[in-house]
Amino acid sequence: MGWVNAIIQGILTGGLYALFACGLSLMFGVMRVVNLAHGDLATVAGYIGVGLIAATRIPFLWAVPIVVVIMAVVGYVLQRTLIQAALRRGELTTLIVTFGLSMVIENGLLQFFTANSRGLGVNESIATASFSIGSSIQVAWLDVIIFLLAVVVLLGLQYYLSSTKYGRLIRAVADDREAAQLSGADYRHVFGVAAAIAFATVALAGMAYGMTTTIDPTSGTDTILLFAFAAVVIGGLGSLWGTLAGGIVLGVAQQIGAQLNLSYELLAGYLIFLVVLIVRPQGLTTRGSQS
Amino acid sequence: MTSPNESVLLAVRDLTVHHGQLKALSGVSLRVAEGEVYAIIGANGAGKTTLMRTIAGLHSPTAGTVLFEGRDVTGLRPEKRAAAGIVMVPEGRRLFPSLTLEENLKVGAAYARKVRGTSGGPWTIERVYETFPFMKDRRAQKTAQMSGGEQQQVAIGRALVANPRVLLLDELSLGLAPVIVQRIYDTLPQILESGITVLLVEQDVSQARRVATHLQCLLEGHTTLEGEPGDFTSGQVEAAYFGSTGPGGRPPVLPGRGPDQTTLSDPLKTGEL
Repeated sequence: MGWVNAIIQGILTGGLYALFACGLSLMFGVMRVVNLAHGDLATVAGYIGVGLIAATRIPFLWAVPIVVVIMAVVGYVLQRTLIQAALRRGELTTLIVTFGLSMVIENGLLQFFTANSRGLGVNESIATASFSIGSSIQVAWLDVIIFLLAVVVLLGLQYYLSSTKYGRLIRAVADDREAAQLSGADYRHVFGVAAAIAFATVALAGMAYGMTTTIDPTSGTDTILLFAFAAVVIGGLGSLWGTLAGGIVLGVAQQIGAQLNLSYELLAGYLIFLVVLIVRPQGLTTRGSQS
Repeated sequence: MTSPNESVLLAVRDLTVHHGQLKALSGVSLRVAEGEVYAIIGANGAGKTTLMRTIAGLHSPTAGTVLFEGRDVTGLRPEKRAAAGIVMVPEGRRLFPSLTLEENLKVGAAYARKVRGTSGGPWTIERVYETFPFMKDRRAQKTAQMSGGEQQQVAIGRALVANPRVLLLDELSLGLAPVIVQRIYDTLPQILESGITVLLVEQDVSQARRVATHLQCLLEGHTTLEGEPGDFTSGQVEAAYFGSTGPGGRPPVLPGRGPDQTTLSDPLKTGEL
């Protein structure tokens, strides 16, 4: 049963990875920004959650929407100031600027919160509850909830982009921002809104991560950003369902690696990542030769 | 057809535009009266597209002003100009490839100019479908799969649903078969009838002369000819277009309406093409 268990756990972990990845994918798809501070911003969201709960003693479920709104505002403001200024100087500049932002955040967190790791300290019984399938497979409810959250977030994003007026505008700006300007759209504002949405998903990712394990100032770059990149590349850039598929493939590969030998967990994930890069560089779900 | 006293909708004064070190336009002026079809002609690299893009707000001029409805709009961002009523169909059509035909039109209508006292302007998506009949059945299709002529018509439709006061058409006929170009130009009367003024750029001189009420020729960033199409012989237009010298060895600067009477800097220069 060990293998079945590995696959089930891997699929569920894949939901968390997809949650890490969808904001990264959205930022790249719309404004061609590779946000290297993506993981650190998720960590920041986790720390805001920790601080908020410690300071106000509000229940965890109340803290989630507050952190989401805070991060969305941060996303809009960052896009309209720092990232827009970098974009004006060329797409490569955004890499350097977000890398700098990543370092500032990481060291800022070290300064204020020390290197000790923290959990989100959720007391609700749901955080530790589990159910069993058969005799040997234990599934944590929390993992199921996070997986479902990822699916809901992706479905919501999909619906928003394909079926709403503003979603259509976001796609138009992603296609050709100059032509969108000629139709009267202020692409800088559209970029800001897209960043706000991406950062809202980043907030969810950071909170979810803080619930399943503990966060420390370096987990943004060490874990979240790398897994997000891997999930995006495996699934195919710019495809939301590809992101979920990529997350699941990564999660399953890690669990199977761990099943062989605990120290192979990360290795197996990156091997799959490399194999996809070599064999199918456009990703599993994207058709080739997309411009 | 038009006199200088008629109300000027769009005016450009002494416009100079640089692309880096290169001077693309030097002191070009024009006055477009309401209801006109104002055609800019000229060879490749004459500065026609630069002129259109500067009027639309995509380039900032080094000197000179753009006036729209008597208001100085030189510092206005392109999206603000579109909302005010200056809408351009850009060179190369520039549709949104991942959007369907209807979605392209909806984006065009998203920031349509508000016409006072009415619920909307004369142009709606429905009316565009009536004007270009092929569209209705194919509205759910991605525009990337359409022919160049169809894409050009979608681009015009996308601009029309914004209900512009002045429509800028940049190189409509580029890369299209003459019969398609003719079909597209056949819709021009309908556009004019709805109260839209047209400023167009055209490489095909005979086409421009056929549809225009006013003609202006650019050569290497300067105006070389300006007036009503009937005022000039083909030879004169050709001379202005290519920059060869006129019969008396003088540059072919001809009388016409408008504030600027720029002379050729070097009458011996020949056009590219």
